[in-house]
Amino acid sequence: MAGSDIGLWGVPLAILGGAIRVSTPFIYVSLGETITERSGRINLGLEGILVFGAMTAYAVAYMTSSPWLGLLAASGAGACFGLFHGWICKFPKVNDIAIGIAMMLFGTGFAFFLGKPFIQPLAPHLPALPFGFWSDIPQVRAALDVNVLFLIGVGLAVVLWWAFRNTRIGLIIRVVGDSADAARAMGVDPDRVRLLSTAAGSALAAIGGGYLSLYYPGSWNEGISSGQGLMAVALVIFSRWNPLGCLAAAILFGGAGALGPALQSVGLTHGYYLFYAAPYVLTLAIMIASSSPGRTLAGAPGELSITK
Amino acid sequence: MSEAASETAFEAVGGRRGGNPRAWIARRAEGIVLPLAALFAGMVAFSIFLLVIGKSPPELFDLMWRGGFSSWFSIQNTLSRTAPLLLAGLCVALPARLGLAVIGGEGAIVLGGVAAAAIGGVLGGSGLPGPLGIGIMALAGMAVGALWIGSVGALRHYRAVNETISGLLLAYIAIAIMNHLVEGPLRDPASLNKPSTRPLEAAYRIGSIPGTDVQWGLAVGVVACILCWVLIEKSSWGFAARIAGGNMRAAQIQGLPVGPLIVGFCAIAGACAGLGGMLEVAAVHGAANASLAAGYGYTGILVAFLARQNPLAIIPVAILLGGIDASGGLIQRRMHLPDATVLVLQGMIFIAILFSDTFYGRFKAFNPELWTEKA
Repeated sequence: MAGSDIGLWGVPLAILGGAIRVSTPFIYVSLGETITERSGRINLGLEGILVFGAMTAYAVAYMTSSPWLGLLAASGAGACFGLFHGWICKFPKVNDIAIGIAMMLFGTGFAFFLGKPFIQPLAPHLPALPFGFWSDIPQVRAALDVNVLFLIGVGLAVVLWWAFRNTRIGLIIRVVGDSADAARAMGVDPDRVRLLSTAAGSALAAIGGGYLSLYYPGSWNEGISSGQGLMAVALVIFSRWNPLGCLAAAILFGGAGALGPALQSVGLTHGYYLFYAAPYVLTLAIMIASSSPGRTLAGAPGELSITK
Repeated sequence: MSEAASETAFEAVGGRRGGNPRAWIARRAEGIVLPLAALFAGMVAFSIFLLVIGKSPPELFDLMWRGGFSSWFSIQNTLSRTAPLLLAGLCVALPARLGLAVIGGEGAIVLGGVAAAAIGGVLGGSGLPGPLGIGIMALAGMAVGALWIGSVGALRHYRAVNETISGLLLAYIAIAIMNHLVEGPLRDPASLNKPSTRPLEAAYRIGSIPGTDVQWGLAVGVVACILCWVLIEKSSWGFAARIAGGNMRAAQIQGLPVGPLIVGFCAIAGACAGLGGMLEVAAVHGAANASLAAGYGYTGILVAFLARQNPLAIIPVAILLGGIDASGGLIQRRMHLPDATVLVLQGMIFIAILFSDTFYGRFKAFNPELWTEKA
């Protein structure tokens, strides 16, 4: 086969490239949620924070012409949302799941409100590394154009996996997540640890949003996220609160998300809306397969309300 | 179960037996005063936000009043938007009484609407009388909605799948199915810019309440709220559901059929939302298209929480939020604010109402059990 005509081989290749492209926000959001949930809180609002991060990153990148400043601003904004979530959940009888739902709606609405003027203009994009330089086939080159954030995300997953096992901070977060009483006995304030864990998790989720608006799809609009933040929260349960598991699950999800566009690219347009539903169906199937009544999930933080 | 224990359980779920009337009023007042205070606090926070961005809060609230409530025209507009909010609110409130945060009502609305449009299309050539056809369409919408949200409840109970996440995932799946059907098998070739199903025949469309421009859906929604209130507050099923919502494990030990209760209440909730979708098709759009996913399901979450999951309280709350919704266009034009302004206000009210949960049981005025401690 010569030149750019590689026929059906385009499908797995597009899925590979798509898996790398689509998985990046999943990696950041699920790693962020892992930190938060390991500390014993659940933040369902990451979907809203993701959208707000996408808007902030795009707006700041447009105004300063630097995508990195955009990402920095997004993580700052995400941390603010996280601090607010962590602070408000500290009060007795305030339900962290319900607050997450509210943050989801508020973050999205607020992003739409502030983001109106930035729908038209073009902001600078994040750079990508051309790992496909050895090939002449454009599809291969396109698939192996790996963005920097993906590589950082992979590194972050490894670092977090190591840090949860081997560092003092990792131990403190795990203790707080497993038993607030034990943490208090150690002289650790669980509310403060959860506050900071939620802030860190939300900052990562906002970076995931920044990736959406600054790299792929690479523009800000009101339909930028279609539940990535929510699916990432489900991923965390599936990967048993393990950062490396999150990485693997995120890439799997990226592949599922790339299925629709990949089939479309080889001319299969019939019913492609159903392929867009593939990631949701996959998430649901995974949740059904991986949870079961009457027994606690292995590795679940003991204080987490979602598994009780 | 001893008599004393059952009496305590009765008291715990808001019963009146054995208490003095002042204590009863105080206890009931807490559930009215605190949400109103939270509503006010949310509006104050929004006013501060408006001041920060250099807009005038009094102007906004004046426009909100004029756009939603001040004239017969604006009231009719408000009431037309109230209908889907009533049913979407019920879709959140019923499972919430069992302790479930099911927020995927949007999915049931969308699929209920598509099912109604599909059945309406099939009936089109049959010459079936209008009211019968409308009834069949309503049943179809309700059945699909019940299936959708009922499965959320079933997954929750039998597979321990988190209902908040599964509900939202099913909402995304529902929208994908709608897009597939509306762009493909059910598409009306004449709908070019906005793919839709074939328009319903005139006989199968629902008109307005005589003398108004308000769709019959409002009456349907109000009746549904009253029926759900009777179900929850006055029936033994509702009593069992409230016990289960208070303490699932205790209910199981008591031998209450927790599984059927969860699935049943979720199915009724979904049927309400599906009916809402059917009404949007039969009374508003005349066909199923992307307009079904207008976000009523999400506003319904706020309606239910503001009403403290009480079906009767949903009626005034839905009118209030319907009015805010109705005034959105006016606010947008006059104050040059984006259409998401209403979403920001709703978000702030939502956070305030959830924060107010922490104040229950804290104020002496509302809690008779604190009165005796003083003496």
